[in-house]
Amino acid sequence: MISFGPTEEQEVVREAMREFAEQVFREQAREADEQSALPADLLDTVWELGLTSTQLPEAFGGGGEVRSPITNAMILEELAFGDPALAIASTAPSIFAFAINDFGTDEQKQAHLPRFCGEKFAAATVAVAEPSPVFDVLNLQTTAEAKDGGFVLSGTKHFVVLGDQAQQFLVLARNEQAIGGGFAAIDAFIVPRDAEGLTISEIDKNLGMKALPTVTINLDAVQVDADARLGGDAGIDAARLIAQMRTASAALRVGLSRAVMEYAIPYAKDRHAFGEAIAQKQAIAFMLSDMQIEVNSMRWLVWKAAARLESLEDATQAASFAATYSAEQAMKVADNGLQVLGGHGFIREHPVELWYRAARTLTVLDAVAAV
Amino acid sequence: MIDFNLTDNDNKILDYIRTEALVARKYARYYDENEAEFPPEALDEADQFPGVWSFMGDRTPEDSGQSVIGMLITMAENWGDYSVRMRKGRGVGLGNAALGASGTEEQRTKWGGLLLSMAITEPGCGSDPSLVQTTAVLDEETDEWILNGEKIFVTTGCRSDGVVLWATLDRSAGRAGIKSFLVEKEAPGFQVSHKEKKLGIRADDTATYVFQDCRIPRGNLLGGKEEIPKAGSGGFRGVMKTFNMTRPLTAAFGLGMSRAALDFAREQLEGSGVDLSYGADTHGLSAAAAKFQRLEALQEAAELTVLHAAYLSDQGEPNNLEACISKAKGGSAVREITQGCIELVGPMGASREHLLEKWFRDVRITDIYEGTGQIQNLIIARTILDYDRTQLK
Repeated sequence: MISFGPTEEQEVVREAMREFAEQVFREQAREADEQSALPADLLDTVWELGLTSTQLPEAFGGGGEVRSPITNAMILEELAFGDPALAIASTAPSIFAFAINDFGTDEQKQAHLPRFCGEKFAAATVAVAEPSPVFDVLNLQTTAEAKDGGFVLSGTKHFVVLGDQAQQFLVLARNEQAIGGGFAAIDAFIVPRDAEGLTISEIDKNLGMKALPTVTINLDAVQVDADARLGGDAGIDAARLIAQMRTASAALRVGLSRAVMEYAIPYAKDRHAFGEAIAQKQAIAFMLSDMQIEVNSMRWLVWKAAARLESLEDATQAASFAATYSAEQAMKVADNGLQVLGGHGFIREHPVELWYRAARTLTVLDAVAAV
Repeated sequence: MIDFNLTDNDNKILDYIRTEALVARKYARYYDENEAEFPPEALDEADQFPGVWSFMGDRTPEDSGQSVIGMLITMAENWGDYSVRMRKGRGVGLGNAALGASGTEEQRTKWGGLLLSMAITEPGCGSDPSLVQTTAVLDEETDEWILNGEKIFVTTGCRSDGVVLWATLDRSAGRAGIKSFLVEKEAPGFQVSHKEKKLGIRADDTATYVFQDCRIPRGNLLGGKEEIPKAGSGGFRGVMKTFNMTRPLTAAFGLGMSRAALDFAREQLEGSGVDLSYGADTHGLSAAAAKFQRLEALQEAAELTVLHAAYLSDQGEPNNLEACISKAKGGSAVREITQGCIELVGPMGASREHLLEKWFRDVRITDIYEGTGQIQNLIIARTILDYDRTQLK
């Protein structure tokens, strides 16, 4: 049955996240961007919300709630509405923990999940993107070669979020032994921070979402044991993992777009020119209505992809739609939002230039969060 | 709970509609090229098809809501062809939506079985109905309304049994003076003057109506309220309510055809060895595949805005904003999609050997009728800015 109605529980979560994002993230976003650093204590504060642990099994100390990509997509939209950089940093451990939960062996869950159910923020992340302009997740240049009963990992990953402090990296690599290409050749490996041959760069200096620490990691023949391969001998459903991340990125872009729209609307009503508010001019008003159309359109694509993930169906197509569509539209919304503000859109007193930079950054990152 | 899966019952209906639609599609070219003819009330094949109603009996609350399945059926029918149907339905004209939205219980019962067209546009008035010149004057002696005026671009205008039209009780009262009237074809002074020649949807019946001292019973004023509401009291919103269902519906017409265009382009591209499989990032796709998938995502997004508006209607929630969003999104999407599909398949797409060029022409009306894309944007903007029509013109 086609339904766009969130559950009551989801409505409550959305509302709570919206308030939190407005009161905590929005307040701190500008200063964090200027400082190119996360606010002190922010990650610990967010950790108390239990964004990662709530949907992990009780057996490992989690909340035991059902894994819900739909609920998570809603949370990401709301958090990114507050600030996308802080949203990604706060939820980075979920990318790692959800992947272990969804694809890991019992031993891997036992070994890793309890850490994400504790009281202290547990930094972990995923490493997917590679520093090549022709990067394609189906053609990874980072390789995993079977050797001595384990694997040797070689390659470079960049834009690894929270890589400055992550204790574990989930590294996506092309398994040289895999039969066939595409998703079947993608494996994920749990690599500890202190692995020999793993070097981690200084924190990157980026265009947008400057508060979000990202690093480049280099894997120089990093030897890992066989049990580092996520899912053990069976490996992972890589299409699903990628779809989770693409859907999450798209959800973040909905939130960012909504932030721009909701800021531009009151500004346009307040700013006067030639005897009336600029919002009373169709040239401005139609940019705003387009934003509303696209925020809705993006959100339904995200929900559809998340719903397919939630019912354990193949979400490759739906997630691709959500990701490519939102990448294009979120950039356009931020671009037009800046235009509505005119000169003020260019001034760092308003958040719009921050969102403009964030939009160009976020719309080229497909693996910075998971639902 | 958020859910985008169709139930077995939903699929049973849609599979059936698509089977019918493919039969109807065989006749699409003929009626496009022979626009003076109307597609028949029923195709020759109709005796082999039981009709969709025979599949509707076992619907349950678990199935998609009535408006939602209605939109999906509409898309599936139009995926076959805009005009040709296995059987021409009764009671599915735009005027029927108006009767449902504005008529009294008694009026809905009385005329619900008729096929009703909707006449708003006049030679001098389209998007701004406050300029309606057609007048309705009450003759107290005979208890009749006397109508005078001309209506153009009346969809299903020749075939319909009657029409819901907008006429003013008082031109000086602007929008507040406009009322909806139901006029049956037999009414004296009602003349159907001709069928228009068009870019697309040529088989569709688009008529011009002339009303010359046309007399109808006093009870034919929809809703029955004869007084002119004071300016700003929202009386006009009653007649505008009609659009909350017809706007998503017209978007669904167009999206059915743009889906057909995508299916044709996919068939041609894959048949020529272009890999359209999903999952790769942009650099893992050919330029054609990247473009195709972008258009498909646009199609999907637009369809979802239509289903969202319909879903709200099924829930009894207001959907004025969402209806406009679906119409604006659908209207612009079908233009881009059909234009893009021709680009993707090249000159073949411009050949009348195939239906793609027809879909390209047919969908173009989507962004014009039932309020142009710009009108939708205007309403959306007023809504999100909390402006009235004097503040945002």
